Amino acid sequence: MDKILRINMGAAGGPQQSIEKAGEFAALGGRATTSTIVGKEVPPDCHPLGAENKLVFAPGMLSGSAAAISGRISVGCKSPLTGGIKESNAGGQAAQVLARLGYAAIIIEGQPQGDDLYKIHINKDQVTISVDNSLKLLDNYPLIDKLKQEYGDKVAYISIGSAGERMFAAASIACTDPELRPTRHCGRGGVGAVMGSKRIKAIILDDQGCENRQPKDADKFKAANRAFVEGIRKHPVAGEGLPAYGTNVLTNVLNEAGGYPTRNFKTGQFEDATSISGETQAALEIERGGSATHGCHRGCVIQCSGIYHDKQGKYLTKQPEYETVWSHGGHCGISDLDAIATLDYWDDNIGLDTIEMGVAVGVAMEGGLLEFGDSEGAIRLVRDEVGKGTPLGRILGNGAAFTGKAFAVERVPVVKNQALPAYDPRTVQGIGVTYATSTQGADHTAGYAVATNILKVGGDVDPLKPEGQIELSRNLQIATTAIDSTGLCLFIAFPILDQPETFQAMLDLLGSFYGIEMTGDDVVALGQKVLSLERDFNKKAGFGPEDDRLPRFFSSEPLPPHNISFQVPDEELDQLYNWD
Amino acid sequence: MQITVKLFASFQTGRFQCDVRSYPESTLVSHILQELAIPESEVGIILLNMIHAKSDQSLAEGDILAIFPLVGGG
Repeated sequence: MDKILRINMGAAGGPQQSIEKAGEFAALGGRATTSTIVGKEVPPDCHPLGAENKLVFAPGMLSGSAAAISGRISVGCKSPLTGGIKESNAGGQAAQVLARLGYAAIIIEGQPQGDDLYKIHINKDQVTISVDNSLKLLDNYPLIDKLKQEYGDKVAYISIGSAGERMFAAASIACTDPELRPTRHCGRGGVGAVMGSKRIKAIILDDQGCENRQPKDADKFKAANRAFVEGIRKHPVAGEGLPAYGTNVLTNVLNEAGGYPTRNFKTGQFEDATSISGETQAALEIERGGSATHGCHRGCVIQCSGIYHDKQGKYLTKQPEYETVWSHGGHCGISDLDAIATLDYWDDNIGLDTIEMGVAVGVAMEGGLLEFGDSEGAIRLVRDEVGKGTPLGRILGNGAAFTGKAFAVERVPVVKNQALPAYDPRTVQGIGVTYATSTQGADHTAGYAVATNILKVGGDVDPLKPEGQIELSRNLQIATTAIDSTGLCLFIAFPILDQPETFQAMLDLLGSFYGIEMTGDDVVALGQKVLSLERDFNKKAGFGPEDDRLPRFFSSEPLPPHNISFQVPDEELDQLYNWD
Repeated sequence: MQITVKLFASFQTGRFQCDVRSYPESTLVSHILQELAIPESEVGIILLNMIHAKSDQSLAEGDILAIFPLVGGG
């Protein structure tokens, strides 16, 4: 990864490309690369959908190598949803292919005049940017089918659906899985809208003729990779639970713990949780001839996904994730897995963040647009309103906060305008700290305190009390920022938190690849550095301590059945970035 | 006394999902694990009336006990 591709979409006479040396980014990757470039090059006060914003793609530090589970791609920009810096990452094949092509990053800047729509094809010899208006307003599945006729099935596709073209703040960027389904999304923060604002419909990555990236110390790398894979496989979460039941195994856990946000965060338990649980979902997938186990990219050793078939045994969508089953399920009072899977399909097809979209629909239910539990109505809203760009669809497609304003809803679960995920911060107080303080807006992955609060992985901090949550969230946010830079899937956190030898194997993997000694302190330093520059961007974009807060109702409305509120004091939230 | 026992994920295999069962007074969580042949080393989370519990805790009439292997997601 010794070069960076820069594309100026606004150049006179049409898009212009140039290749730069990767420089400092040759030994960086993922979130460290995208956030650093955005921090250096994007004016924090720019309009996120204007010419001054940039869209940056970067594979991880280990992507494109033989390192297991190293296929996360990072996308960075100023977010049209939060107004702050955004890093959104996804699995799928794109990271591995982009890294093998030798690119440390693709930087897309400027904005074309007119309404032509572009596609970018990259192979080992050249980059071709061409107008293709026949792709206009195609959604992701038909879009990929059409592109396959031209570019075949030996490539990876990055694309936006109609939501991205319409520049909705909930629009995602889709990456194809090994079977070329557009199911792995950089979901959060409206990154798809930024791609739409650059008028880029698809990026086709073709690494034929390219080799795997080679480590500096091949013997040590091979040994470290073996130990790393063994560590993942022997850990019960990564080696058994996730492949058998997927992420949705959490539905029953959070529900039994009273932390499952139900009907727009009114209660912490959903009476129909069992019918949409991971256990039920996995059994149904197997019964219908789908699969409860599937990897989003080649080289994944966890295989947390699956294939969901409809009642006729025909492919409907990939296995909906826990967050999706919650946002379209319990959050909306919906207990029909087929309806939830249908919504997952439409989110992927239209190109929408499933969390933002589901939460927006639930907020609209609170505002009286639909009854809670109306699964047909929810499908109609997403498919026929958001998917067709109607005025109502534009309200919903711009996310939960926008929808809350349109329907005069007081209880709107967002931080920095981004919808909360599937853990109530009143009964999982550590994740509440992450929601409040993350540079990204409410994002569970930014510092997954659920692991320690609820799952008892990596320690034990009482989820119902404020004590210890700041330190927990801080440490996890730092570590996560570093992991998001490696290209490794975040689910390696479960084994590396519990097993020191697996953490060491990860350090050795990075160290042997780059020919350096890598220590835990280096990981912390990298995480802190990236978080600091993200926070600096946000400060310059106008964010202050008052933005590092949960919505008021989490303090004023106790959540049944535990009947407690969020109790971490504001002064402590302000101490999260204590190194900065 | 009557205890509602809920099992999840792989613990359901060959056992049950939810069962209201009778136990003598002063039964401990660990006694139920033994009865169900669930090795303590495989237990990830025990929730007693929605609150995390240890296996040496004693049970009372009407308690709801949820037992999970080590699981994760997100």
